[in-house]
Amino acid sequence: MRWFLKARWADCPSYILALFLTVAPVWAVQPDEMLADPALEARAREISRDIRCPVCQGETIDDSNAPIARDLRLIIRERLVAGDSDEAVVDYIVDRFGEGVLFNPRAKGVNLILWLAGPALLLAGIGVAVSAGRRRVGIETGLSADEEARLKEILKD
Amino acid sequence: MIVELGHFALILALMVALVQATLPLWGAQRGDARLMALAGPAAGLQLVLIGGSFGALTWAFVVSDFSLAVVVSNSHTLKPMLYKVAGVWGNHEGSLLLWVLILAIYGAAVAWFGGNLPLRLKARVLSVQAMIGVAFLLFLLITSNPFWRLELPPLNGEDMNPLLQDPGLAFHPPFLYLGYVGLSMAFSFAVAALIEGRVDAAWGRWVRPWTLAAWIFLTIGIALGSWWAYYELGWGGFWFWDPVENASFMPWLLAGALLHSAIVVEKRESLKAWTILLAILAFGFSLIGTFIVRSGVITSVHAFANDPERGVFILMILAVFIGGALTLFALRAGKMEARGVFSLASRETALIANNILLSVAAFVVFIGTIWPLVGSMLLGRDLSVGEPFFNAAFTPFIVGLALILPPGAMLAWKRGDLRRSLRAVIPALVLALALGALAFAMQSGRSALGPIGLMLGVWVIAGALTDVWGKTGREGFSARLSRLARLPRADWGKLSAHAGLGVTIIAVAAMNAWKVEDIRVVQLGESFPLGPYEVLLRDVREVQGPNYTSTMGEMVVTKAGAEVAVLYPEKRYYPVAAMPTTEAAIDFGLMRDLYLVLGDPQKDGGWAVRSYIEPLANWLWGGALMMAIGGMLSLSDRRYRVAAGARKVPAGVPAE
Repeated sequence: MRWFLKARWADCPSYILALFLTVAPVWAVQPDEMLADPALEARAREISRDIRCPVCQGETIDDSNAPIARDLRLIIRERLVAGDSDEAVVDYIVDRFGEGVLFNPRAKGVNLILWLAGPALLLAGIGVAVSAGRRRVGIETGLSADEEARLKEILKD
Repeated sequence: MIVELGHFALILALMVALVQATLPLWGAQRGDARLMALAGPAAGLQLVLIGGSFGALTWAFVVSDFSLAVVVSNSHTLKPMLYKVAGVWGNHEGSLLLWVLILAIYGAAVAWFGGNLPLRLKARVLSVQAMIGVAFLLFLLITSNPFWRLELPPLNGEDMNPLLQDPGLAFHPPFLYLGYVGLSMAFSFAVAALIEGRVDAAWGRWVRPWTLAAWIFLTIGIALGSWWAYYELGWGGFWFWDPVENASFMPWLLAGALLHSAIVVEKRESLKAWTILLAILAFGFSLIGTFIVRSGVITSVHAFANDPERGVFILMILAVFIGGALTLFALRAGKMEARGVFSLASRETALIANNILLSVAAFVVFIGTIWPLVGSMLLGRDLSVGEPFFNAAFTPFIVGLALILPPGAMLAWKRGDLRRSLRAVIPALVLALALGALAFAMQSGRSALGPIGLMLGVWVIAGALTDVWGKTGREGFSARLSRLARLPRADWGKLSAHAGLGVTIIAVAAMNAWKVEDIRVVQLGESFPLGPYEVLLRDVREVQGPNYTSTMGEMVVTKAGAEVAVLYPEKRYYPVAAMPTTEAAIDFGLMRDLYLVLGDPQKDGGWAVRSYIEPLANWLWGGALMMAIGGMLSLSDRRYRVAAGARKVPAGVPAE
């Protein structure tokens, strides 16, 4: 892992580097961790795809090879076997590791800005486009609705 | 000696860029033709100097000159020649040199191919281009000089990460840079037009090829990176919504918007101010991308602290260029009066909708990418944003885009007949619904994502075909066929690019919805089911590679007793880099890839094995390729080749 210790983020071309961080050996979920019940196991996988590995940068615990990611995967399965709901399991982890482990930031509080930014910009864009369009049509044609209709009639022939 | 020449050439290039950034601009202001004429030769000279400098660095890598710091930390005498050369840009300093080289290539291209540009516009464009050059040459020379010598050269280098020694990756950065830097051309044209205070159809025609070229390169670059991630990283993922991926994705989205809005400027002389703003923003996102990658600020705040000088420098470049251009825009945009009016149902409106959706999508990617930074710097909170957010917040805009594409692309300019467009796409709609319903019935009880994606993709592809067919008139079948053969290349480009988007949508949905995964411990000689297949682990053996040792599995895939493939997944260990890698074995197919990964031996015997069926994986790269080819077809269209007439474009351009 020599290269890994000395490589600096800034020293690598484009997006390769981020991948590097996620790269190393590729073992994530191990067969011995998996639950016998396929339904529970599926839920565990679903949850662990949304949880960030606390010591890695951009990796889910589902993909990560770090020991703590494995621990987290095991905790999730333990809680599920104990009968917790999916939300309860996620809460359990957030309580212990902080909200930073959530790859899917909860849509409340300040995170609402994040979630609503896209729709808000969409509405704003539509608004600007419509008002610009209206202004332009007004300036350029300057015809009333009646005149517009008559013009259409004339042009039809 | 050669290295010193390279270094010296780089400094000279900076001097030339300074001249090119100032005198022609001054000349354009004063109407001095001699000063304006300086721009062309200066751009050519810059290319020669920076090209020479790049050649010198390449030479240092090829002969393994370990007196150079960059060569020591990124090369090794035993490295294959391809990767010695690729190593030139496989590091921060060299990749920035590549950046300025590509900038110089674009500049020289304007000087050579821009013969029909008005002298004044050409002088201004090249001056703005040179300003960007000055900024990045200074950045290179001050903070990231690749020609730094070591006092005591070591005997050998430290090699490059084996994962990066891959042909797909060797060409991934140059393509991305050709794309990023290509957007600087759109930027330079936009700023020149703002200085000039005038935008007309001809301007749109000049800007569009550059944007198109940049977009094609970005498409290929992103697809190469994604393909590499797919086959090399060992879990069949192709996109991770990682900040550095997003850094290349945002300019791609905006370039896509820009090349559509430039059509409106070219054909209808509308959307001028918006197109200029978009050109500024697209290059701005390229710079932000460079900043994200080069400073490491987003992924790790510590990397930023390690190298504050570089990060701050790029931030300054960003502030000066984008801030300056936006100020200029605020002052001058009012002058860009639009000529063409259009009604609500028109191609213009459809393209505005395209632009809004693409821009908003790019913005969502942007805010998702910087949100962790906002969290840690402004809110004092540790926040992460990953795939689930992007899937939920980004996808709807692309779905919207795909929905409006077929009828929108068929609307006439100025005043279209929405009802007629909608009627024309009814067959496409029926086909899409039928195939979607079929997929839904066949998959029985899984998520609706797959069928919906399929429906959407078929809708876009069938819509694109309908569009081209509709251009052949209303006569008999053979007459239509012969007209089809004579359609301009731009129409074929549109078909290929739009259908490529449809194919990509289908592939993304299929890979997300219908992927089959299996993780288990397998004993030697044991077989297990994988979807309709049966996989047998026949053997695991040690194999000695050229610069690694490998644990290689031999796995036989059968379907109903017939052998489908024998695959050899490997776990490799590179002793020089002390690094293990996983080499997935993939059986590529039209409808699915079989993807096998060999894991660790287990304590009580057997091997951990991961296997996947990746449905329609090849459609993903195929779709990207179709988009790129569409761009190339459009770029080779007659109206750009016969650019001589561009200056005489009459004010009222007839609709198509």
